[in-house]
Amino acid sequence: MKRLVIALTTLLAVTASVLAAGLLVEARGPFDRAFARQHGAHLAAGFDAGKATADQVAATARVTGVTAAAGPFPTVSVRPRTVVPPPPGGPAPAAPPGIELPPVTIVGRADPGGDVDRLELTGGRWATGPGEVVWLAGTVPFVPFEVGGQFTAGGTTLTVVGFARSAGQSAQAWATPATVAALSGPHGFQMLYRLASAGTDADVNAARKAVEAAVPPEALTSGASYLAVQRVAERMAALFLPFVVAFGVLGLVMSVLVIGIVVSGAVGSETRRIGILKALGHTPAQVARRYLAQALVPAAAGAAAGAVLGNLAAVPVLTDEFSGGAALEPWISVVVPLGALAVVAATALAPALRAARLRTVEALAVGRTPAVGRGRAARRLLGRLPLPRPVTLGLANPFTRPGRSATIAAAVALGALGVTFGVGLALSVGGIQTALNRRDAGDVVVIAERPGDPAATVEAAVRAQPGTARYFTTTRLELPVAGLAGPVQTVAFDGDASWATYEILDGRWFAGPGEAVVPTGFLTAAGLRVGDDVVVGGTARLRIVGEVLDLRSDGIRLITDGRSLAGLDLVEGFSEVHVELAAGTAPQAWADAFNAGHALLHAEVNTGELSGTVVALDTMAGTLTLLLVAVAGLGVLNTVVLDTRERVHELGVCKALGMAPRQTVALVLTSVAGIGLVAGLAGVPAGIALHGAVLPAMGRAAGTRLPASALDVYGPALVAALATGGLLIALAGALLPAGWAARTTTARALRTE
Amino acid sequence: MTQTATAADARRGVPSIRSVTMTAVDRALIECAGVTKRYDNGTPALAGLDLRVRAGEALAVLGPSGSGKSTLLNLVAGLDRPSAGTVTVDGVRVDRLGEAASARYRRERIGMIFQFFNLLDDLTVLDNVLLPAQLARTPRAEARTRALELLRYLGIERFRETYPGRLSGGERQRVAVARALMNRPPLLLADEPTGALDTASGHDVRKLLTELNRDGQTLVLVTHDLALAEACATRTIELVDGEVAR
Repeated sequence: MKRLVIALTTLLAVTASVLAAGLLVEARGPFDRAFARQHGAHLAAGFDAGKATADQVAATARVTGVTAAAGPFPTVSVRPRTVVPPPPGGPAPAAPPGIELPPVTIVGRADPGGDVDRLELTGGRWATGPGEVVWLAGTVPFVPFEVGGQFTAGGTTLTVVGFARSAGQSAQAWATPATVAALSGPHGFQMLYRLASAGTDADVNAARKAVEAAVPPEALTSGASYLAVQRVAERMAALFLPFVVAFGVLGLVMSVLVIGIVVSGAVGSETRRIGILKALGHTPAQVARRYLAQALVPAAAGAAAGAVLGNLAAVPVLTDEFSGGAALEPWISVVVPLGALAVVAATALAPALRAARLRTVEALAVGRTPAVGRGRAARRLLGRLPLPRPVTLGLANPFTRPGRSATIAAAVALGALGVTFGVGLALSVGGIQTALNRRDAGDVVVIAERPGDPAATVEAAVRAQPGTARYFTTTRLELPVAGLAGPVQTVAFDGDASWATYEILDGRWFAGPGEAVVPTGFLTAAGLRVGDDVVVGGTARLRIVGEVLDLRSDGIRLITDGRSLAGLDLVEGFSEVHVELAAGTAPQAWADAFNAGHALLHAEVNTGELSGTVVALDTMAGTLTLLLVAVAGLGVLNTVVLDTRERVHELGVCKALGMAPRQTVALVLTSVAGIGLVAGLAGVPAGIALHGAVLPAMGRAAGTRLPASALDVYGPALVAALATGGLLIALAGALLPAGWAARTTTARALRTE
Repeated sequence: MTQTATAADARRGVPSIRSVTMTAVDRALIECAGVTKRYDNGTPALAGLDLRVRAGEALAVLGPSGSGKSTLLNLVAGLDRPSAGTVTVDGVRVDRLGEAASARYRRERIGMIFQFFNLLDDLTVLDNVLLPAQLARTPRAEARTRALELLRYLGIERFRETYPGRLSGGERQRVAVARALMNRPPLLLADEPTGALDTASGHDVRKLLTELNRDGQTLVLVTHDLALAEACATRTIELVDGEVAR
């Protein structure tokens, strides 16, 4: 039993700690390594060639704080459209012909090297001739080409000859300067800077302002920080990190408590054995080693298993983000378990030294006659309560060993804290998922399978379908937004969407044209607040009236009334019609009937998205909570076994006097019930406080504020239920020894001295 | 024919310290028939024992260590079960009782006195004496009145708030006797009641047990103490190797 408890508690601590340490290291590892290797650009600035000369742009390399620079490189903004499949025998096309892609900026670079942003070719070769392009590798949302793929842009046909990786994602495509110059479209320059100080957004923004001040007004058109790319790269791991660290710390504290209880209990219960060992010639050092080994051997087994589990648990967290690099650094699996074993050794050392220092005669004497005297006042006072005597005897029991009781209370409180936190986390994540699902409203969503299908045509088809109650249309577009690098996914709403707004975090939903709502990520990236104006598509000035919950495109999206974009030269976008059905209409039947009549439209029943991240979060939080509760329960079990063994003679006397088995069970259970109740009451507010600290941190890691509905998950009924968690953990842990105590033969118990 | 303890006590002017109802002296209170108890290794502790104890009798069971004396007491008290044979006490087949029924049987019919007292050191004298009544869910006031009567009768009332550790051996055994009598059991079992006492305290306890039996309390004593047997017992048997030698 002792060995099992020690092994399990160490397993919990090491699993969570390996995962936490692994996430801490691996979250930044791949990005940081690639960025350092490539000498990545802290700031990638774009300039309007019509407002600044190449010499003026080149002069920005001497701005204060810039330690290295590359450029100016000529750039051109184009709208690629896939046109020709690759030659026979070549790779299959990654995108069908005729698809218009979001606008991209092609940068003219003669070679991939240089002092800053040394590009790494991941496929094909560098562009050396006219009409050749190298595409950015591994970018979101997808790479539309294979090597050899072609597209038209800027009035000519370009061929993708290779793929290159830029840690700071300085551009979406590269070509020779001559190729860039030959393309028609808005021309400009790009400068890449490395900064002396680039640790924070403020550092990079300061450099951006310095660059802006060094060129003519409005010449600087964009200034992309590497920190935005870094945050995206670390997002998944960063999201998990706060609660995994929380569980890691809980696990370690729990280990210290439970191992302390177990080893102290072993020394306490084996005092006589220690006396005998010493009488037979064991030295104090041998005794100390014996009790240290009792803790360290099972702890080593638990630590080894925990290291394996921690590595396994890291796979789903890291695989998605770092392709091909899901394994943790090997040293983590060595250092963390060794650290945990050091904690175990330190915890076990005190009782082991106590055992070593026991005098032989005292040990033999104490082993025969248990110490008495503590908790008498509690027994007398509780004995006066109008409760059955076995209950009051049980309730008074913790006072006879206050140190042990306090320790086990702390362990149960940690278990209750873990349950409270874990339940709150699951509810919050579920709430966030529900809130996110509001983005995809409607019983059925009708999707245009090709871009550019007129919204009116799609709407007419939906309107004509029997069972339609109401609907609205959303169209996804890629539009430039002043102050943000690259195109921003813009969602244009047409029709009455008042019944299906996104989750509002601040402000309100847009009421008409000229207003927009944006996610937190947009506000952060653009440095804007609700109430500010933003220019979209070059001319459309929109007032930001609300902050909404949306994590797609890292929250850099803009949602507005479709009429806000009237007059802009828009690329054809994909339209979706969100349909609410009349009462009694079966969504699947509606969708089937619709699909049967419309070849180029597709209706799907909206089942609500269940994110893989949410599933992974729930699974991991559930597993860690379960382990924490199991260890707390085992700690209680071990303590009650110890207590029951110490009191077996007393129990025998009570049974000889007529204590029934049920009364014996009541006595044992109530001996931990008080502890469980008090610990539960203490653990619940602590768990709520931890939830209140960790959830916003997870939100920050995900780049969003969280809705109040996802944070305020602890209603009175839930708190009341959770408050009994400590009691339940304690009772569950005590049930087995209670049954054992009830079944022990009275005559045998009486013989036990 | 029965007589109430209350009537007997009233004649003597002492509180009701015995069972509420005493059975007629000629009725068998304990009947052991063919009782065998084997140790785990198969060695018999008791071998086909037949024994009959009448109500009001004081039986002393003598014998060397390992002769089966304590085993017999445990079987009568329902603390253990025989390997074979039957044990009937006050009409109850003790050998057939389950754990709960056995506990109820001990609460209602048995009072036990041990060599080493077996008082709970963290309870006061009064709380120790009250314990059997509390386990039997006797109303609080009634139990307290009874306990104080017993303490007064046994001359230890002044120790009611004292913890057992501060009492002499004789005083502790008086507390144990008070506790044993708390629920007015028809049968009092005593396992070496003077074994841990000095001469004076042993004499004191002998006298007390004698008085109890004189008042009608059925008594089974397991002892090495011949003086105790001679002073208290109305009948003596000797066990050797699990059998009645005489």
